[in-house]
Amino acid sequence: MKKRFGRRGGRWPVPETKLPVLKAKDFASDQDVKWCPGCGDYAILNAVQRVVAQTGHRRENTVFISGIGCSSRFPYYMDTYGFHSIHGRAPGFVTGLKIANPELDVWMVTGDGDGFSIGGNHMMHLLRRNVDVNVLLFNNRIYGLTKGQYSPTSEQGKKTKSTPMGSLDFPIDPVQVALASGGTFVARSTDKDRGLTDVMTQASKHRGTSFCEVYQNCNIFNDGAYEPLTGKDTREDSVLYLEHGKPMVFGKERDKGLRLIGNRPEVVNITSGGEDDLVFHDETNLTLAMMLARLHYPEFPEPLGVFYREEREVYEGLVSAQVDEATAKRGAGTLDDLFNAGDTYVLDQGKDSTHGLHD
Amino acid sequence: MPTDTLEPPAAPGDTPPRVARTNAVIRFAGDSGDGMQLAGTQFTDTSAVAGNDVATLPDYPAEIRAPAGTVAGVSGFQINFAAEDIYTPGDVVHALIAMNPAALKAHIQDVEPGGTVIVNETEFTKTNLKKAGYPLIDGTRDHANPLDDPELAQRYKLVKVPITKLNQEVLKDSGLNPKGVNRCRNMWALGLVYWLFDRPLDNTIKNLRETFEKRKNLPAVAEANIRSLRAGYDFGETAELFPVTYRVPQADIAPGKYRKITGNEALAMGLIAASRLADKNLVYCSYPITPASDILHYLAPQKHYGVKTFQAEDEIAACCAAIGVSFAGQLGVTGTSGPGLALKGEAMGLAVMTELPLVVVNVQRGGPSTGLPTKTEQSDLLQAMFGRNGDCPMVVLAPQSPADCFHAALEACTIAMQHMVPVLLLSDGYLANGSEPWLVPQASDFAPIEIDHPHPRNHADAEPPSGEASGPTFHPYTRDANLVRPWMRPGTPGGEHRLGGLEKQNGTGNVSYDPQNHQEMTRLRAAKVAKVADHLPELEINGPPEGDLLVLGWGGPYGSITTAVNRMRERGHAVSSAQLRYLNPMPKNLGQVLKNFRGVLIPELNDGQLRLLIRGRYLVDARGLNKVQGKPFLVEEVEQAIELMLSGEWGDEEALWPERGAVARA
Repeated sequence: MKKRFGRRGGRWPVPETKLPVLKAKDFASDQDVKWCPGCGDYAILNAVQRVVAQTGHRRENTVFISGIGCSSRFPYYMDTYGFHSIHGRAPGFVTGLKIANPELDVWMVTGDGDGFSIGGNHMMHLLRRNVDVNVLLFNNRIYGLTKGQYSPTSEQGKKTKSTPMGSLDFPIDPVQVALASGGTFVARSTDKDRGLTDVMTQASKHRGTSFCEVYQNCNIFNDGAYEPLTGKDTREDSVLYLEHGKPMVFGKERDKGLRLIGNRPEVVNITSGGEDDLVFHDETNLTLAMMLARLHYPEFPEPLGVFYREEREVYEGLVSAQVDEATAKRGAGTLDDLFNAGDTYVLDQGKDSTHGLHD
Repeated sequence: MPTDTLEPPAAPGDTPPRVARTNAVIRFAGDSGDGMQLAGTQFTDTSAVAGNDVATLPDYPAEIRAPAGTVAGVSGFQINFAAEDIYTPGDVVHALIAMNPAALKAHIQDVEPGGTVIVNETEFTKTNLKKAGYPLIDGTRDHANPLDDPELAQRYKLVKVPITKLNQEVLKDSGLNPKGVNRCRNMWALGLVYWLFDRPLDNTIKNLRETFEKRKNLPAVAEANIRSLRAGYDFGETAELFPVTYRVPQADIAPGKYRKITGNEALAMGLIAASRLADKNLVYCSYPITPASDILHYLAPQKHYGVKTFQAEDEIAACCAAIGVSFAGQLGVTGTSGPGLALKGEAMGLAVMTELPLVVVNVQRGGPSTGLPTKTEQSDLLQAMFGRNGDCPMVVLAPQSPADCFHAALEACTIAMQHMVPVLLLSDGYLANGSEPWLVPQASDFAPIEIDHPHPRNHADAEPPSGEASGPTFHPYTRDANLVRPWMRPGTPGGEHRLGGLEKQNGTGNVSYDPQNHQEMTRLRAAKVAKVADHLPELEINGPPEGDLLVLGWGGPYGSITTAVNRMRERGHAVSSAQLRYLNPMPKNLGQVLKNFRGVLIPELNDGQLRLLIRGRYLVDARGLNKVQGKPFLVEEVEQAIELMLSGEWGDEEALWPERGAVARA
């Protein structure tokens, strides 16, 4: 782990004693969690608390930032630093926060409306800049906090209070957008999935913007939206778990796979030993990731896991590097340097005193 | 007065008589690609170095290159340089340099009768006369040439010089292409003006070498410009077109080291100074917008002062990023102009709610909507005061001159960090682009800005905050005597807390929907801002503390108001002026000051926004002089308004609007 008290982060000495190991419950705040009973958010909160404890985060160095919406209440339930900002704008906050203090572990919690409707623009720019932050997108395909209007990820034709005859909007696909925006870590899981903790652990270890879409059930306004993908009996046949370097096999009996005919994917039944014809997952292959992002249930199994990952310089690091480079080249500027930079000139007293002032 | 002609000098070597002047106002005008801003800037630099007080007014179109030759494409730069203290770029122009017919058309009405008008005769072609929109001559397909109008030569000292042609002759062997040759015309014209006002060329020559030879590695271009500059100067000396030349002696300026500074430069330097004095990194988050972009341009190369700049994807992200910077414990600043301020509104409300320091710079321009991007106005005062949802008070202050932008920025940052409040700094296009000499300060002139950050703590031994719910956790909304809450930085053990836009319980900072708490917090947010006034100087009065009329101003019109009031007092009138630097909270003695005068006049470049506040808050029958022409006040306009007030001829109008430089009752 990096030294946490570098730069101007703090002037007090780092304690010599070994820090106590924190457990998941140490990250729970004293506030009552106020999501609806049965909401998928509870499972995600538990998973996150486990992940931050297991990955050795310190409470004081961890910051949760959110926008507005059900998911965005998240920071209140974490005993870390937190900021519940304004609708759609969390990416701006995390960028400023990381530029000012690159040492912090920052998580951004958002939803399908917050992140891809009102804040869609900001999300693209966060991803392309590759700010070192873990983005958790709770996608429940509905507006919960405003009581049940369709969201930008709702399926076309969805009947809601604001669309009694069905919604007309073609839905946006967060994973596709994240990949197209230059995201360096793009993954997906569900609130009920065994892979959720693993995906988030990998995300937290990734240096750069890690983007995790979590399919989350809103049991009040959009119950069962992901039932086939999360139901005990249907899950294995509806979901494709992506594993780097492994063939794309799925199904309860592990008897189905994905292969490519030309550049078109197709589902095939496999017999033992027939896995060599299948597509092997490669997290570093952007083209493959783009193709996988377009696969959705029921035409295809829904891919879960890490779609794509790449190493790229993080934005706040580049910003700091330019400061360091300029300082190395020009020396640390002092106030007197600043005041005297540019063209200065000295006026002596009474240089022109022989001239009359008036016509 | 006869037109000066191009006759050869009668007695070579004779120099025309030199007339000393207290000040002179000159204006360069040409196409927006003609380099008029550069010529004007060079003249300003030279005059400043010569020891004059200077004030400038650049005036350029919003379009980068409006169609050449049209009035819409004319760019102007006005300089007032003086042997005395001046506060404005001048009401009337003493010498106009018009590089084409459109420039003459756009600017001739501002030249004083008898003033010098130098025109680039080569450009008065049929095509250019048509482009400039001069009327057709009856029965022909030609457009009227103003140079043929005898009235022009009678009214002004008209000097016709074929600048384009003469410049081409000088540079025929320069190796530059025709376009490159013509781009040196501005230096030719500048050389001529230097001669007319007895100014040395060395400063400009040095700058040309610096820019083209050293920085851009174009030595041929540097040489060509210098040759044009010298040719213009020599032409003045030998052509004997001018009956007199002028000299403006050095002003009685305190000796010392100076630099010329624009408002935007000064403001940027003030931000850096604040960050160094507070031992913080400055992170300036902005989205490009006229006329605020130059602050970003100035700060971006200052990284070796620990400055970080972030060009965000939009205004909202820029403001949010600056709040993120503040939360991290550094100095977060965002800058914009009117339309951008509207976009930042919700985020500013969050900064108010979370009680974090934030500095929002608004370089005002003509509105509403996109309005007049390159023209000045003061019409965002009410937006700054109230343009957010809810009862959402912010500290608002406004600088009074280009150099004062430095002090105002330093002050804005200090207040924001020491009082944990967002602060709005209201500059304007006139201050931002205008320039004046600035006595270079020393670092030792400034005290460090003391900022307290809470130290790390153990959960177990944390003190419960006084009078509030006790508990082991840090409570972010406890307050000191100034009602200021602690600025706890992430990374501090034991300081974990959550902020947000939902109403907070005073003390604990937990989300609270309690009705009494909301009322108390609304009161506290206002009281905290009001308490800032305890730490601010009282309103100063220019003139006696009581009398017939107080002229109350804010922001950019300070110069025009001060000059007008001083002149009126010299004429024996009981009139004083005051500059309202702090618009929220207002100085504690303002109410009493207003009572000490029989009348109050508020000149502002908007539809009476400060007037509304003063009338509402102090129940004073303040009258307004309102101008929204994209231009600063003329001193004369303010004088006329004062005269109307003092003579009792103003009548019942709440406000008067100047038209064509005159203020009169409708």
